[in-house]
Amino acid sequence: MREAGMSLIVKRITKITVSLIFLFGVYIVLHGHLTPGGGFAGGVIIALSFIHLVLAFGKEVALKRLSESAVSIIESLGGLMFWGIALLGLTAGAYLLNTLPKGQPFDLFSSGIIILCNIAIFLKVGAGLFSIFIAMAILRIPEVDNKENR
Amino acid sequence: MIELHVILILMIFAAVVAMEIEDLLSSIIALGAVGIGLTLEFLLLRAPDLAITQLVVEMLSLIILIRATVSVGTHYKKIKTHLGYFIFAVIFVAVFLWFSYQAIRQLPPFGSPIMKMGSQYLAEGVKKTGATNMVSAIILDFRGYDTLGEVTILFASVIGVLAVLRKTGKKS
Repeated sequence: MREAGMSLIVKRITKITVSLIFLFGVYIVLHGHLTPGGGFAGGVIIALSFIHLVLAFGKEVALKRLSESAVSIIESLGGLMFWGIALLGLTAGAYLLNTLPKGQPFDLFSSGIIILCNIAIFLKVGAGLFSIFIAMAILRIPEVDNKENR
Repeated sequence: MIELHVILILMIFAAVVAMEIEDLLSSIIALGAVGIGLTLEFLLLRAPDLAITQLVVEMLSLIILIRATVSVGTHYKKIKTHLGYFIFAVIFVAVFLWFSYQAIRQLPPFGSPIMKMGSQYLAEGVKKTGATNMVSAIILDFRGYDTLGEVTILFASVIGVLAVLRKTGKKS
């Protein structure tokens, strides 16, 4: 029986780097309105950290931390959150209007809805790309193996 | 400006290598060289937002391509080409180059856009939105409707991929 994932060296390094990649993605998202980056780039980085886990440890370890149903729930939640933020503007008169207090420039909690939109897009993009990766790269390979074994 | 052209020529070279080389893994790596070149171009043109997004998406697509092609074991197949196809391709490339030369000559010079919208955003963006990253301010505040459409497109594409590749509910 073949062991899932890659060799011991890769697994040991991955244990150190995965959390750093995850942290960097969160930083990119939360500082999206201050420094370069934003929801999309941060979401892809988070998805890459989980893909890193899948490649090094095999899909069972990664799916135990973030199961497929959780991924689809998070993705839908991100989309609904963005839509809800857009509807929030209607309370002040216009769709997608920036109604929340702006705060001081260069503060972490500033710029009204932009930071919330970044978080929504981060949930959406991260979960969406990770689920595409699961569907494309993981679910199909056992079928191919079965065909070859027959 | 010279470094932009050097990187562009390298990218064209890498793209030709990606098209012509026989090994699929080498082809994907050459494709990655094109993406990294594009990242460097964005950095040289002072667009760090685009550079980050390009680099990250490039890595994701490379991983998906490698998992999708190499582990399945697809083989390269050489197709015999007629002389007629070759002549047709040369004619098409010549016509395309001529048209694009004519089109590019009509563009405004580099760094001096015709539209005055950008300078308005730069002048009033921080005051109106409170965000110091102007790209975020534009895509999430001034042009939030576009981003909503983008999110919808991503949602639809994820649903489409999952529907095509699903396992449950499929007749074997």
